[in-house]
Amino acid sequence: MTPDGHGAPHAGWADVPYAIAAFVRKTFVIAELEARKLRHDPTELFMRAVQPTLWLLVFGQVFGKYRWHGEGSYLDFLAPGILAQSVLFIAIFYGITIIWERDLGLVHKMLVTPTPRSALVLGKALSAGVRAISQVVLIFIISLIVGVHINWNPLHLLAIVLIVVLGAACFSTFSLVIACLVKTRERFMGIGQLMTMPLFFASNAIYPIEIMPNWLKVVARVNPLTYQVDALRGLMVVGGVSHYSIALDLGMLLGITTVFVLLGSRLYRNVVG
Amino acid sequence: MPIIETTALTRRFADVLAVDDFNISVDEGEVFGLLGPNGAGKTTVIKMLVTLLVPTSGEAAVAGWSIRRGAAAVRRNVGYVPQMLSADGQLSGYENLLIFAKLYDIPRRERRQRINEALTFMGLGDVANSLVRTYSGGMIRRLEIAQSMLHHPRVLFLDEPTVGLDPSARRAVWERIAELQERLGMTIFLTTHMMEEADSLCRRVAIMHRGRVAALDTPAALKASLDREGATLDDVFIHYAGDSLAAVGGGSYRDTRRARRTARRLG
Ligand SMILES: Nc1ncnc2c1ncn2[C@@H]1O[C@H](COP(=O)(O)OP(=O)(O)OP(=O)(O)O)[C@@H](O)[C@H]1O
Ligand SMILES: [Mg+2]
Repeated sequence: MTPDGHGAPHAGWADVPYAIAAFVRKTFVIAELEARKLRHDPTELFMRAVQPTLWLLVFGQVFGKYRWHGEGSYLDFLAPGILAQSVLFIAIFYGITIIWERDLGLVHKMLVTPTPRSALVLGKALSAGVRAISQVVLIFIISLIVGVHINWNPLHLLAIVLIVVLGAACFSTFSLVIACLVKTRERFMGIGQLMTMPLFFASNAIYPIEIMPNWLKVVARVNPLTYQVDALRGLMVVGGVSHYSIALDLGMLLGITTVFVLLGSRLYRNVVG
Repeated sequence: MPIIETTALTRRFADVLAVDDFNISVDEGEVFGLLGPNGAGKTTVIKMLVTLLVPTSGEAAVAGWSIRRGAAAVRRNVGYVPQMLSADGQLSGYENLLIFAKLYDIPRRERRQRINEALTFMGLGDVANSLVRTYSGGMIRRLEIAQSMLHHPRVLFLDEPTVGLDPSARRAVWERIAELQERLGMTIFLTTHMMEEADSLCRRVAIMHRGRVAALDTPAALKASLDREGATLDDVFIHYAGDSLAAVGGGSYRDTRRARRTARRLG
């Protein structure tokens, strides 16, 4: 017998479009939740401006004068790398929010609502993307000040936002997967610290891959950050080139993110276990 | 047909048998209390019934759906308030409910009205737009109950709904729970360490000890069963679960730690 009108557990093919619509809707509800929190307290975003400013202002100026043999100015080379870096830093610790929310019982309540796990994960990923967009604005301002030759083509700007959101989604779901596995904030922070610098230095963010030793080249080529930087380099500055082509960069980021979202959806419940 | 029925429900964590061959049946529309010492397994039972944990063995049906095979349908039919205070401090009371209204697919045109109804019912109409960070413990608990009843679930699970509340806040929560049951005929499944609470609210209670049901009946019948003049529910509890010191599990420590964190983050 079927109790009246309160949802059926067996989904047939006819329900697929409905399920997809529900998935998309719920994903945006989760992103809305995060955006509302940010609206109540945006100070976090401004704190994030400090680090990239230092990189561009201090490292960029000094390193550029010391030994830069590439084409164009070193600052033009560096700015897309620093944008990708600050997106990485915003996203890579994002997983800790689910450990907090677990401790608060919020994850428990979310999991008891009829929301697909994948929507919970992707919603979080999108909201990391929203935070990351704020970094685009910040870093464009800093770049203008230090004299980076920014490409103002509106299509490029749009593509930059897309790449940045995707990059943030990629690293934040990676972070979420780690959080679901380690389950405590102490272990998570430890692992987070451990991974951030290698991800950053084993990429093309602050120097070209060509000058790396061979073993590091291999690491850099499987590092999603490399593809994000590569795309941004082709888009952000006048005369910028992307080595791998923007299509490949986009494909890599999309593919890796999808894998992390699927993994995260499977592991999400672990965190309350 | 009972609205909750468990058969040989069992859950093991590594070497701890948290819930062990647990059998109960709850009637539609009753307030049912689950009592038991720290670590008895109460929270674990609730987590299984709301589909947060999968049983190691055994079965349970909630609102006619198996918690194993019909988890999605179970979720549509239940509301759940976890043991720790768990509203989002960074959002307003209204926003906390709005997000849940959307997650429960409450149609746009009904949302505002349902949310306002729930907030008013819980006595939170005036603070709806304040950040939850500024709420007292009692207000957060009432907000959580408002949040869990928005979609008119058939069963409401409340895990220690009055823990940490002062006497008047506690009384306010009791009144709301009683009214939910009377006015909407909602089934309410709660756990508590307060015998007074169980005595005044629950039609029937089960006393849980080391993962099993040690006794189950109406409070009056349980008291009568002791065969002692003027026996209270406290006496019943001690009679059935009295050697509780031996059964103290990690659960109590973990929960205290969580409660402190909650206080820190919200405060
Ligand atoms: N995730 C977990 N991992 C390992 N052990 C667990 C886990 N959750 C609960 N336990 C153990 O299972 C037992 C029952 O715990 P549970 O939280 O269900 O008790 P409880 O009756 O709710 O206690 P309290 O009154 O303190 O809330 C305890 O021994 C606890 O340590
Ligand atoms: Mg408990």
